[in-house]
Amino acid sequence: MTSQSPLAIEANGLVKSFGDTLAVDGVNLAVPTGAVYGVLGPNGAGKTTTIRMLATLLRPDAGTARVLGHDIVEEGDAVRELVSLTGQMASVDEDLTGRENLILLGRLLGLKRPAAKERATELLDAFGLSEAAGRLVKNYSGGMRRRLDIAASIVVTPQLMFLDEPTTGLDPRSRNQVWDIIRALVAEGTTILLCTQYLDEADQLAEGIAVIDRGTVIAEGTPAQLKASVGSGSLHVRLLDADQRPEAEELLRRELGTVNLDPDPASLSVSCANADRGAEAVAELTRSGVRVADFSLGQPSLDEVFLALTGHTADESEQQANSIEEERAA
Amino acid sequence: MSADPTTTPVRDDRAAEAEALRKALSSTPRPPRVSGMSAALTFGWRGMLKVKHVPEQLLDVTITPVMFVLMFTYIFGGAISGSTGEYLDYILPGILVMSVLFTTVYSGVALNTDLTKGVVDRFRSLPIWRPAPLLGALLGDCVRYLVAGTVIILLGLLLGFNPEGGAGGVLAALALVIVFAFGLSWVFTTIGLTLRSPNAVMNAGFMGIFPLTFLSNVFVEPETLPAGLEAFVNVNPISILATASRGLMQGNAEASDIMIVLAVAAALTAVFAPLTTRLYRTG
Repeated sequence: MTSQSPLAIEANGLVKSFGDTLAVDGVNLAVPTGAVYGVLGPNGAGKTTTIRMLATLLRPDAGTARVLGHDIVEEGDAVRELVSLTGQMASVDEDLTGRENLILLGRLLGLKRPAAKERATELLDAFGLSEAAGRLVKNYSGGMRRRLDIAASIVVTPQLMFLDEPTTGLDPRSRNQVWDIIRALVAEGTTILLCTQYLDEADQLAEGIAVIDRGTVIAEGTPAQLKASVGSGSLHVRLLDADQRPEAEELLRRELGTVNLDPDPASLSVSCANADRGAEAVAELTRSGVRVADFSLGQPSLDEVFLALTGHTADESEQQANSIEEERAA
Repeated sequence: MSADPTTTPVRDDRAAEAEALRKALSSTPRPPRVSGMSAALTFGWRGMLKVKHVPEQLLDVTITPVMFVLMFTYIFGGAISGSTGEYLDYILPGILVMSVLFTTVYSGVALNTDLTKGVVDRFRSLPIWRPAPLLGALLGDCVRYLVAGTVIILLGLLLGFNPEGGAGGVLAALALVIVFAFGLSWVFTTIGLTLRSPNAVMNAGFMGIFPLTFLSNVFVEPETLPAGLEAFVNVNPISILATASRGLMQGNAEASDIMIVLAVAAALTAVFAPLTTRLYRTG
């Protein structure tokens, strides 16, 4: 409580259910100001529901939360003055042009018409959208739409920004652009709560991560701590011929330890801390006639994090969560 | 480094981009909160922009009434009133009422579309007066009602419609219909926030408004109907609205009819505006 930088978000025991399905089951979060904080989890883990409660779009069934010092239920208006939300579905108006979207938001946030126009131009230039400014958003690519969405969130610079899976479905180039924007935002002093399915993304951007599964936070820490608890890295191998997988599994198990069979029938991965030993194992595969399509030695995937933390894969969580999604849609 | 001529420009480009980004992100002072009315008018402007980009929306509200006027005047006019001219005087205010009221269903459809597209999340997370997006959208819709009404009246005048109440009477009738439509729109925005898809809203809306319009005196004098039906038609607010509009256009309106129409519009707004706002807020 006496820490120098006060918490941007402080959530205690947030609960939200839809029908008789618990979507969020007692989430606790302590997010410091001035950095990216990652919330990592598979689809349907409760990330979006948590963000929607913190952004005052949903009222929690139980628990409390303060955002930038304001209670999300009692002082919703004060919260909305300070935060902005970039939702999972790009929340821009498809039937307007990019420029009109930004002017609309500028006007709603209190800018006079000339100031709103000027701000729109400035943002369109900065986000590489000036050429598309006059086109209807429904004709934008996924990456352009996502950038416009983020631009719309910072027409007036927020103190705290909620970003819900900002790079899901984007090609690598667009993803890098979004990452650059996020880094620049933080450099200018905005706090960001980033929901993501990708450990890689959280690792690239976040100083702290909370892993969420089935509506609760199951682990918390810096990316380094989290990866250390999982095992520092893993070797992914994809075979040319899926029939050779048992053979490859046997060999890798002997060389490196427990092998994780990926959903892709031609792929497998194994945790591996040492690059030399990983390279050696791949060489061994080739020598014994297993044909390798490609391999990579990298960070553990979300699946592996989940397996280590919960004993089940992200996929299983997702399947269970699908029933929640259906419930919500109804 | 200097051996590669492309290196320097590319770096400059990236640097310029980063600089533009940094400038755009540097904190701008937060302007004072906008008033509720000003936010609503901004949402009304959004409605106008949509009409600009999707002008088909306006075709919907103009072509259909034109077809109705022509069809009812020339096909049914002779059979119902004995002459097309006489029937035009009776049917034109009725068609005005019907066309504008049918258009109100689209208020609910548009709101549901926003909801399914996700743009509502953005609006709901803004620090603005909560009903502003709804009120603004309906104010924008009123402009569409005005366009539809004007087209019908001009076409009627062209075909020989003869309003004894003069321009003032015609404008008063148009205003009354728009006020009633505004009240009725709130019913459809409520439905728009309750049902799952824009199509469902459209179907439910027309399932309600269609029979209500036909079970009124919009097309025929109720005296020709069976007694039970006649009783219903006489208390149907749409009948009263049609009677009041005819009265205003012909210069013989009953003040009580006008009062009833305004009271019903006020009552619909009083019940369904808060209900819509509540549903919108809780998402």
